[in-house]
Amino acid sequence: MYRYDVMDKTLVNERVTQFRDQTRRFLAGELSDDEFRHLRLRNGLYLQRHAPMLRVAIPYGLLSSVQLRALAAIARRYDRGYGHFTTRQNIQYNWPKLEEVPDILADLASVEMHAIQTSGNCIRNTTSDHLAGVTPNELEDPRPWCEIIRQWSTFHPEFTYLPRKFKIAVTGAPQDRAASLVHDVGVHIVRGPNGELGFEILAGGGLGRTPIIGQVVREFLPREHLLSYLEAVLRIYNLEGRRDNLTKARIKILVKSLGIEEFRRRVEAEWALIRDSRLRVAEAEVARIRGFFTPPAYLKLADTDPAAGKDAAFRAWYRYNTVEHKVPGYRAVYISLKKPDVAPGDATDAQMELIADLSDRYSFGEVRVTHTQNLLLADVEQDKTFELWQSLAGAGLATPNIGTLTDMICCPGLDFCSLANAGSIDVAKLINERFDDYDYLYDLGELDVKMSGCMNACGHHHVGNIGILGVDKGGEEWYQITIGGAAGADASLGSVIGPSVAKVDVPETIARLLAVYVEQRRAEERFIDTVRRLGVKPFKERVYAAPVAA
Amino acid sequence: MPRQLLRDGRVVADDWTYLAETGNETAASGSDATGLILTFDQWLGDKAKWLEAAVRLGVVLSPVHKVETLAPDLSRFELIGAEFPGPSEGRGYTQGRLLRERYGFIGELRATGYVRRDQLFFLARCGFNSFELPAGEIEDASSAFSTFSAEYQPSNDAGLALKLQRR
Repeated sequence: MYRYDVMDKTLVNERVTQFRDQTRRFLAGELSDDEFRHLRLRNGLYLQRHAPMLRVAIPYGLLSSVQLRALAAIARRYDRGYGHFTTRQNIQYNWPKLEEVPDILADLASVEMHAIQTSGNCIRNTTSDHLAGVTPNELEDPRPWCEIIRQWSTFHPEFTYLPRKFKIAVTGAPQDRAASLVHDVGVHIVRGPNGELGFEILAGGGLGRTPIIGQVVREFLPREHLLSYLEAVLRIYNLEGRRDNLTKARIKILVKSLGIEEFRRRVEAEWALIRDSRLRVAEAEVARIRGFFTPPAYLKLADTDPAAGKDAAFRAWYRYNTVEHKVPGYRAVYISLKKPDVAPGDATDAQMELIADLSDRYSFGEVRVTHTQNLLLADVEQDKTFELWQSLAGAGLATPNIGTLTDMICCPGLDFCSLANAGSIDVAKLINERFDDYDYLYDLGELDVKMSGCMNACGHHHVGNIGILGVDKGGEEWYQITIGGAAGADASLGSVIGPSVAKVDVPETIARLLAVYVEQRRAEERFIDTVRRLGVKPFKERVYAAPVAA
Repeated sequence: MPRQLLRDGRVVADDWTYLAETGNETAASGSDATGLILTFDQWLGDKAKWLEAAVRLGVVLSPVHKVETLAPDLSRFELIGAEFPGPSEGRGYTQGRLLRERYGFIGELRATGYVRRDQLFFLARCGFNSFELPAGEIEDASSAFSTFSAEYQPSNDAGLALKLQRR
């Protein structure tokens, strides 16, 4: 993985010094609430319902075991012993004290981490495929490009005060595991006319109040032009994006109002003037960065069947929580952070330390964060998956539910977030209590449930096969249900099935949607496919045919 | 007391006057010692007069003004300002870079409006070399230029040597 050089180290240390001074000036009354807000947000610090929330960047979701231990230590020392992994591969702490945040940043800097640009109207953490480098049909590992974007976007002098936040995702495989189509900019590694690798560039995707699927700005961009092209997109956005209305300020609104052709014309005109500038990415620099992402020292192994002869619990876990690896004899292993009685995405300090130890023992000391709020050990020998499973199971980290209904994406909701209208974590709990039969979950197959506590859509509800959105109805928490959303390469936005339902009725509503699916599905058809084939109508009819029994 | 500002890293008394401050907005005079700064609308409203006026001339762009519209007359200006109406405004950063890099403006590039020391590092990197800071903040502010001792992007700091760049 990428390791800081003197320059990277210097920058994060200087950021700690700067933020310490800004915090001091605020606490001394030299900065107003509003002035400090603009500064702290650029460093991932929100002032929330109960306490500040600090979001720490995990660039493209990659952590060393040393870094994960440091995150655990921070959770223990400055927080209440846990952290929350997010859909953008970051971690959030919900209970730090404002005056201790500079110390947390100093601890992070000591392990090459930071909270730079994890919030605020600037270029955020670049996210990527959590199976980068290990998935069989990848064109190229996207992480070196993520790192190149990370460096270019860090403290970019021109783009630190954008109209609104700006999120970039990069993928290198046909499957999109980074939700790139609902990012401000999606970068896809693709082959060009002569078989050479370059990028397809999309823009204008996003969730929130106005969900939109990103559109192609350029079908093929030669690789050396990545940064100049991004700079052209950002420059057009910085100048033309709306600043008069916060809810219309994302680039998706600009792309929509101009139309993709006019937006493309403006970007291309700007790019023509800067493409041959010093932003050209030199091949030597790509090679230097790529050198940090070389494959680990895999053993020469043959594929085996570790599940053979083992008990049902291990077989289920192996089937659902591990996936194919491009190197024979290896498997990528998901660590589910979706245990039924735990808030989705949460991990305790002890769990983080255990996972760090297990990564040292089984996966070359690296851990990845997935955009579905789980963790991943990418390089595990198949023959060691059983002992790994035993260790994980002992710590509540082997819930065999990856890709199933209970592998829900969920925002912190009303329990923590000052923006939320309604709770999410308690709804996740209700759903878990209702759907606790694994045979039924496995029979349902692949099913994405995503839940947000408000329109800001941090839980990506628009692109859930089943989406759940918390709404405030006269001071009560109600939930609007959508179906038919998807976040992958065939991304689509869900359709609202009808009037919102009360909190206690959410599980029954989902049960009715699933009943229609089970009755109507064709062989091998996933829930999303059935919804796409039948439309919303039969689902809607079933849900609202009879009141939910109390 | 004349306005103080931070220019090229030093606190100096401003040797420019805004037209509105002269109390005579139709005047087209000044002295070599004191230049005259127009708003963009004042400039556009009587361009012919200002082109001929025997005065050092400056103009301030609002965030919505396009840098391109000044380009044909750029040599007429010894000072161009960009206005920052509030702490979230960011268009001036692009205006600054375009003036320096695309149109080759070599005069004084001034940040006006909401300008605080936390912005100086970025403003300087976009080519600004003069800053109208609040009186209470001006003395300590110049340390902000060295907030970071390295940067990832190719640099265009006005009047400074090109800094470290790795690509």
